[in-house]
Formats: sequence, structure tokens, C-alpha cells
Amino acid sequence: MRVDLTVNGETYALDVEPRMSLLDCLRERLLLTGAHAGCEHGVCGACTVLLDGAPVRSCLMFAVQADGYDITTIEGLAPGPGELSPIQDAFCETHGMQCGYCTPAMVLTAHALLADNPAPTRAQIVDAVSANLCRCTGYAQIVEAIALAADRMRGLNWPERGW
Amino acid sequence: MVKSFRFVSSDRRVREDRRFVVGRGRFAADIAVPGMRHVALVTSPHPAARILAIGKSEALAMAGVHCVLDGRELAGATQPLLAGLDTPKVPRRPLAVDVARYAGEWVAAVVADTRALAEDAAELVRVDYEPLSFVLDGEAAYAPGSPIVHADHGSNVLLDRTFVWGEVEKDFAESAHRLSLRLNWGRSSTVPIETFAVLASWDAWREILDVYASVQMPRFPEQVALALKLPGSSVRVHNDVDVGGSYGVKRGIKHAVLVGYLSRRLGCPVRLVEDRLENMRGGDGHGPERNFDVEVAFDDAGLIRSMKMRALDNVGAYAGRSPFQLGKPIGAIVGPYRIHSVQYQAIAVTSNKTTQEAVRAFGQSPTNYAIERAIEEVAKHRGLDRLEVRRRNLIRSEEFPYRIPSGTTYDSGDYHAVIDKVVARADYRALVAERDRLRMQGLLAGIGMAACLEPSGANSTFEPLLNPTNETTTYTDSCRINVDLSGAIAATIHTLSAGQGHETLVGIVVGEVLEIDPDRVRVVRPDSLSSLPSQSPVGSRMAIMLGGAAFHAAQKLKARLLAIAAHDLKIPLERATYAGGEVFDRATPQNRRSWSKLVTIAHRFFHRLPPGTEPGLAFTHVMQVPMGGRLPTEDGRVQMYPCFAFEFHLLLIAIDPILGKADIHRYFVGHDCGTVINPKIVRGMTMGGIAHGIGAALCEEFAYDAQGQLIAQTFMDYLLPSAHEVPPVDIVHHVTPSPHTVFGQKGSGESGYLGAPAAIASAVNDALAPLGIVVTSLPIRMAQLADMIAAARAKRA
Repeated sequence: MRVDLTVNGETYALDVEPRMSLLDCLRERLLLTGAHAGCEHGVCGACTVLLDGAPVRSCLMFAVQADGYDITTIEGLAPGPGELSPIQDAFCETHGMQCGYCTPAMVLTAHALLADNPAPTRAQIVDAVSANLCRCTGYAQIVEAIALAADRMRGLNWPERGW
Repeated sequence: MVKSFRFVSSDRRVREDRRFVVGRGRFAADIAVPGMRHVALVTSPHPAARILAIGKSEALAMAGVHCVLDGRELAGATQPLLAGLDTPKVPRRPLAVDVARYAGEWVAAVVADTRALAEDAAELVRVDYEPLSFVLDGEAAYAPGSPIVHADHGSNVLLDRTFVWGEVEKDFAESAHRLSLRLNWGRSSTVPIETFAVLASWDAWREILDVYASVQMPRFPEQVALALKLPGSSVRVHNDVDVGGSYGVKRGIKHAVLVGYLSRRLGCPVRLVEDRLENMRGGDGHGPERNFDVEVAFDDAGLIRSMKMRALDNVGAYAGRSPFQLGKPIGAIVGPYRIHSVQYQAIAVTSNKTTQEAVRAFGQSPTNYAIERAIEEVAKHRGLDRLEVRRRNLIRSEEFPYRIPSGTTYDSGDYHAVIDKVVARADYRALVAERDRLRMQGLLAGIGMAACLEPSGANSTFEPLLNPTNETTTYTDSCRINVDLSGAIAATIHTLSAGQGHETLVGIVVGEVLEIDPDRVRVVRPDSLSSLPSQSPVGSRMAIMLGGAAFHAAQKLKARLLAIAAHDLKIPLERATYAGGEVFDRATPQNRRSWSKLVTIAHRFFHRLPPGTEPGLAFTHVMQVPMGGRLPTEDGRVQMYPCFAFEFHLLLIAIDPILGKADIHRYFVGHDCGTVINPKIVRGMTMGGIAHGIGAALCEEFAYDAQGQLIAQTFMDYLLPSAHEVPPVDIVHHVTPSPHTVFGQKGSGESGYLGAPAAIASAVNDALAPLGIVVTSLPIRMAQLADMIAAARAKRA
């Protein structure tokens, strides 16, 4: 089945099986391997990509359903080779990861959150992060990364919060 | 005395992170090669069944399907997988042979052009089974008359050994009080978000099997070669693969042997990426499921003199290394306490459940839970404060090095100081007041605490202790440092990593020794055929062992630079002084040789080298475990691990009495792992360990129904803590350097998990105390808690 996918600003015309998930399509056909399979039943969120800016589970969507949407994967976030977005840099600053497997999804989740809400409270960050499972970190340094990114993106140099 | 360092302990970024935040990690499932085919598995629906026939024709008739492999064919061509104990009649193989022994066990493997096709074909494989009687419960499996999982073995008992260290009966007889308790640790695991993945590619002309796997397994390449009957030089495991979490379980030996065989048979690369169901049910990655009977003898003041512990572990259908998880705790069998004598019975039994594998802390966290429960019961018995009883029983800082009854010597610690710091940080009295306020609001509130040890620097001494045919007395790790002609430095790691930041570790250590920016040190991972010995990152060992190896290799490099400079400057060696990559004459500091000059001499100017010096700059160090090297004594005493980190957890929990939902309001942990090499990494590990401990204590369980079916097999019924369940944690640091390591570091790879389950159990029990209920089994799940509370209230009314 023919599908036109717009991923990170580029459009790809593909012929896919109707049952191919968006995740498999991104990974196997477009070789964008930053989105990961974790549970393939929509719980862990490791496969998160942005569809028109909103985080979705690419394991629960067929590739053909994504036709016409603007898809952003983790590969689309860095400003240039060797460079990091402010959110990516904040994750490095707080070490908001360990094995790195859930990390692209966490970064994209943070991206969507901060696009909507540039000054989230801790509870709002926790709420957003709770969509994704991380088995390594216990989440603290992920939550801190997002708070740090929010503050930096608002022009501050360091979080002023007490926590 | 805490030393000061240039880079060690400084809050540096973790170099691995840059590739992960942009989605450029290289995980096993990301690696695709031309012509690659895919595996799906046919699994047993029965907990025990004879396999009468496997009908392959329908599956093989599908276009794009290349092979349906059964257990008999595979067993005919391969050796059984290695087991830890000497149990030859309990053979373990990737696919069941004639008998399936747990629901979900792999019975056949289907290879097709795509994974989706392979799954379609797997559904068409017709297997005729004759169901057999089965046993699920560990105690039942141990009892006479039980169905036997491996008939040829004659019983379900893999290990049943009783150790007596010290005068246990005398100590019991002379003690004023004794009490006993029975406890259970439920079956859970680490359940990484990345399932196990492996790609094997056989090159019949080069005679090499290339293996890319998400593995954390000591001696993985050798084990694959042995099982496939290949020379070790024909298996090349690629270490430059990122592992998406493991925390012990990613052993993957059966997976790798399966795809290795298939690749050779089919002449094409073959990949197996477990789906979540295959992972949870048949991936052989369940953790300890342990019953404890603990008896302690103590005096009026609550001082424990002696302990008897019986631990029975239900290891599931096959024997891997898992029975050793009863062995490691021998090295910290008294926890941080001065218990003079111990009797320990360790029992491992097979059952018709998924095979158990290594899980974070390798059996120590359940044992810590049992010890901590005993301490709390002693306090209750004597009407004493729980914290006070701990303080009275703790080993004192002046008693180190401290030899425990089982023969292990603890290196260092100041347990009282750590507890004092935590109590001060938490404002313990205010915490009690907060608990009481929550109780006034109608919640069941409780304060929990746990004091425990993290044995680190894994030596595998439980191998010779529990398996007399095994004489292992070393558990190496290694590093090689090369300086090339341009002066660039490359250091090596000879295993895979699963998020522990080993590249950062090696960079910091080499930078520290050479007094240069760690970022100048490129860290690489040669494949297994170009590697020095490594036992993989198990047992909280890499800060000690890889860090130690990198330190010593860098020291050898530094010593060579000094020798070259002294010779070239024509000064005595003792006058040559190293500083930041240069060497100068202490007497005439203007006489110096720069880094690039020394490198050039080493690589190009043989005539200027000291006589007998090897040209070039390449240095290796293979590290022996500190304090290791000795076999156990006849009476079963042994130095298990070299270093012992300490942690003290203190938390406040509130339970909704209707829902049974436990919320952690405050969480403090005091952590002493000696010198911290990278604070960001250690903090993350501790936080992650606590989160995992919350799961093991409150939500995660591989529950089985009475028919032997695993009923928690997705993330909707096996519940991992989310960001909502993990509270902010206040970590209080303390540093007691280890005398056995290069910077005073101890391990921290399992920190947090060692004490969190015990501490949470303690909090829940404190919360339930007003109702007269004691919880003795983990996990304490919400529904169960609600039922217990309702029943207790009904009884009171």
C-alpha cells in the first residue's frame, strides 16, 4: 500500500504492508532507529514520536495512518551535526538517562511539553514523563533535565526552584 | 582520609549521553545486515508436557519461510548450555527437547524473511503435547513426592547445603531470647525496556560467527563457542553495541546459541528480537523467588548473638547461574551487624516456572530484607526503638577491617555516622510528627528504615564454594592504553555496557593518572577476538575492576614516560618528575621533555630509548580482584567480595485504608560507596535502584495461576513504577574510602535496590501496626493490602 510520510521535514513515498506499524516503518524502511520498541502494546512509550507536535505511540499506529501528518523523530531535533538542542543538552547536563533506550522518547516528550507549556511545574513535568517508562534512572534526573531546559529556554541560566 | 583529585569526584558530564539524546545509540535491534532473516518462536502452552510431534509442513509451505527448527535437531548439533552447579542431569538448551517444562518455553523456532512472516508461520506449527503433572511452589517442589521437573536428576533439588559458622547452638543456648519468622520474596525481575536482541552472522569462508547482542554475561563468547562446538576463535562478539538496560538479566546465552546455529545452518544472518511476551515468559529472566525461615537469638538489650537462616529459592525449570544467587549473600550474611555465629541453609529447587537468572544484587536484596525484618521483630519483642536496636547491633567504625562469621572481611565503613547524617537531614522527630499527623487524618502512615550493605567488586568465589568441581579464584577485568604517533590516547573496554557509563569511567581514571583532560582519552571497545579478559559488568564491579585496570595501565604508561625522559635528559630516574603529560628534571625544571617529544622518542627514536625498552607506547593491565585468589576453607568460609558499600534508607509512607494504595511521602537515603568517581552516575544508579526496589516491594510480580500460566506477561499486569510512583529522594553522602581500591572507590551499580524493598516493608508494617497486621511477603500489592486492612478492621469491629 502506498503511503506518503513526512518525517523531519522530508517526504518519503513508500509502499508498505497495511499491517506495518509506524514504528517498524520508521526503523526498517527509513532507518530512523532512534524510536525503540519496548512493549509494543502502548505502555512503555519508548516508541514515542511527534505527530503534528503531539507525542504518540508509533507502535500502536500503522504507517498508513500517518499519511498527511508532520512526523518528528528524535533524529529531527538536533540543530546540526554534533550539535544539541537545549533539551538534549539539558538531559546531558543532569545525566537524565543511563542506558539511553528510553531517552529519545523522553526527549521528544519533553519537547512536546515545553512547546505547550514553557514554564511547567514539577507536577506537570512528572505528569508528562509518566507517559514513558524508564527502568534505569528512577526519573529524578529526567525531571530535572526538563526543568533545566525550561528555565534555559526562558532565558534563565539555572533553575531557581527549591527542589 | 579523603584524597583530593583533579577529575575523580568532580561533577563531569557522562560522555555516552551525547549519542543517546540524539537517537544515535547503537542497540542490537538497530543493526541490520543484508540478507538478514528473522526468528519467531513457538512456545509451550503447558507448564509440563511431553512433546509428541511437531507438525511443520503448513508453516514451511508459506512463501518466505525458510526453516522450522525443533529441539531435537538443535540438541543433536550443540552442547547443553553451561550451568553454575554440577548438575549434568538438568541439561538446559535453547529449545525444549521432548519435554517442555514451563508455560512459554521455546519449543520450535521459525525463520522467515520478516519477523511478521515468522510470527504468521509460528502460528501454523502444530505441536502435539501430552500434559504432565507439574509443580509451581518451591516448598512443594522440595517436599518428597513432588512431580519432578527433570526426571533423570531424581529430585528437584539443585542445591541443599547447610553451613555453620561459629558456635551457633551454644550462642542460642546462652541467649535470653529467641524468635523466628517466615518471609517470602516474590518473583520479579529487572525487566529492561529493551528486550533481548541478537544477530548472528556466519561466514563459512572465514569461519567466523559474528554476534551482535544486547548482552551482560560473563564469558559470553566462550559459552557461545562451547555450545556451538566451535573453536573460541570462530566466535566474534561485538562489544560496541549499546545495551538497553539489563541490571543482571541480559544473559541471552540460549538466544545466541539458537541464532548462531540457525545462521550456520541457513547460511545467512539471523536475528532474534524478543517481543515483550517472549521476553517476560520465555526469555529466562525472572529473579529470585525465595522463602526465608529466620531465627535469631538475642539478649535483653536487643543485641543479636546468633542467627539461623534457611533460604529456599524456586529457580524455575532449568539451572543457569541462578543458584549462585544463594551464594553471594554469604559474603554479607550478617548485613552491617555484629552477629557472632550463623547457620545458613541454602536450597535451590527446580519448578515448572520460567527459568531464573541473575537480577540486580544477585540475591543480596532478598537476604537484606530478611535480616532487616528480623531486626525489626527483635525491637518489637524487646519494646525498643527500631533505630536504637540497629545502632546497638551495627559494626562500629573502629572495628574495621571486620571479619564476619562466614569468613569475609568487610573493608571499611562508618555506619553510625551515615545513620546520624540521615536522621539529622530528615529531622527524624519531625518525620514522626508528620506520620502522626497523617494518622490523625485517617491514613495508615508509617516510617520505614533499612540498613544494609552492597558487596561490590564481584569476585565469583561463590562458584568454588557451591560447586567443588569449580576452582575459580579470579574474576578479571582489563584495560589497554595505546598512545599513537600523534600523541592521541585510546583506552579500551572489553565488554558491553548497559548504561553504567564505563567510557566516562575510563576517561576519568586515565585523565586522573596522566593529569590530562579526560576528554582527550578516546575509549573504544574491541571485539571479543581482540579483547583482554573481562567478566562483564556484574556485581557492582566496574568502578573497582575496570577503574582499577585503567589506573594501572595508565600508571605503566606514566612510568615508561618517566624512564624515557630520564634517559633522554641523562638524569637519575628519581629526579624525573611527571606533570600534566610532561616530564622535567626536579633539580633543573627548565630541562624537560614534552608529551609529543616523549611520544616521538618512543615511536621513532629507538636510539634514544633506554636499553631494552620496547618501542611504541602500548600498555595493558589485567586486574585481579582485590582480596581474591583463595579457595574457600573446608568449613565453607570465604572472602566473597572485596568492598562493602553501606546504605541507610528512611522513609514515610501513607496508605489509603480503603484503596490500599501506598504513597511514599518522604524518602531519604544515606549512601557510602567510598570515593565517588562520577557523582551524576552514582546518583542515577542509586535513584534507579530505589525505583526498582519500590517496584519489587509494591507492584511487580510474575504471578502464576494454579494451572501454571504466567498471568503477568505485559506491562499492563506486570507494573513497573512510573514517574508518579517514584518520589523525590534526598540522598545524603558519606565517604569512607576502601583501602583495597585505587581511589578508595567501592561499587554502586546495585545501590538503592539493596535496601529499598526492606525499608518499604518496614514502613508498611509500621503503618499497619495499629491494626495488629504484619506483612511478611513481598510484593505488598495494593489490592492485597486493601483486603488485609478491611479484614483487620472487620475483625476489630
